[in-house]
Amino acid sequence: MSRRARLVFFAVAAPALAVALGVGLAGLPSFGSQLSAYARMLNELAPRQRHVTDVVSAISFDYRGIDTLFEEFILLAAVAGISVLLRPLSDETRELPADKAPDRAIPAPSPAVWLLAVLLSSLLALTGIETVTHGQLTPGGGFQGGVILASAIYVVYLGTNYRTVERFQPAPLLEAADGTGAAGYVVIGLLGLLAGASFLSNVVGLGGPGNLLSGGTIWLLNLVVGVEVAGSFAILAAEFLDQTAVIRTRRP
Amino acid sequence: MSALAYGVVAWLFLIGIYGVVTSRNLIHLVVCLSVSQSATDILLLEIGYRSGGHAPVFVSLPAHPGPAVDAVMQALALTDVVIGAAVTGLLLALAVQVHKRAGTLDPDALRATRE
Repeated sequence: MSRRARLVFFAVAAPALAVALGVGLAGLPSFGSQLSAYARMLNELAPRQRHVTDVVSAISFDYRGIDTLFEEFILLAAVAGISVLLRPLSDETRELPADKAPDRAIPAPSPAVWLLAVLLSSLLALTGIETVTHGQLTPGGGFQGGVILASAIYVVYLGTNYRTVERFQPAPLLEAADGTGAAGYVVIGLLGLLAGASFLSNVVGLGGPGNLLSGGTIWLLNLVVGVEVAGSFAILAAEFLDQTAVIRTRRP
Repeated sequence: MSALAYGVVAWLFLIGIYGVVTSRNLIHLVVCLSVSQSATDILLLEIGYRSGGHAPVFVSLPAHPGPAVDAVMQALALTDVVIGAAVTGLLLALAVQVHKRAGTLDPDALRATRE
């Protein structure tokens, strides 16, 4: 389709879509007026029933836990797809860029940059662990905390160089984290079956509301999801970084 | 208030699609898709909002003002964000390979390289 034809098609389709959207949105309850009965019930029940203070986590990892299982698998599948897409192709090879001036040493990053990277990455790692483990208490959880954990590795790269960051993120470890995290979710789900209840039932001790160890499987699921997401996003960054740093066309 | 709240959703969604249709660069196209997708996040949060509501976090702090907002919609928005990140990553990986094979990121120029 030519550019012009595409624009004409859009000019016709967009108003139709806008009207359909408008009709659909007009049918919604007016903004800020009321909550659904389901939402009111969960807000009321979740803190008492599951001993959590963050209802969003209770919904993601307990009441609608199976949704999150598939969400986690979608992320796993996407990262696997990206790894396949960005592998060295048949006419490509992995090698570090050739040193054009071997007699000159690469200057080390300045101490200020290095210090900033060390401070920032340790802070990020700490914040990441805090966000993952407090998912049932405060806003946050496995997905958010996992991304923060992975960004700690990005900061190491910004402050140092490719070789150092390679040491920090060995590919087998990241892949293992990704797989273990995804499998862990299923294993925790199976605990429910073992206890004679249904898949993903919250069968672990619930603990006291407001405590770090509370919420039963919600806490555990946050943990495995955190491991999986941290692995996934670190793999993602490593794959894209490899494209610019080490994957190049094979010389004939 | 409703008109403004839901109008923003329709506008964001359509402007994102417009960007996708007219895009001259695959990276730009992926960003436009993200703009379109963020409309769905906003819609979810808006459906779950309640005037004067606070976050659905019930820590024992002195008196939360007003009622809590809908936690279900926030959980769905979280799902949406994660799926969005996965899709963006995949599309960017495709764009990297397209650029390597075709030497261009212009979707219109790609047609010429196929023959």
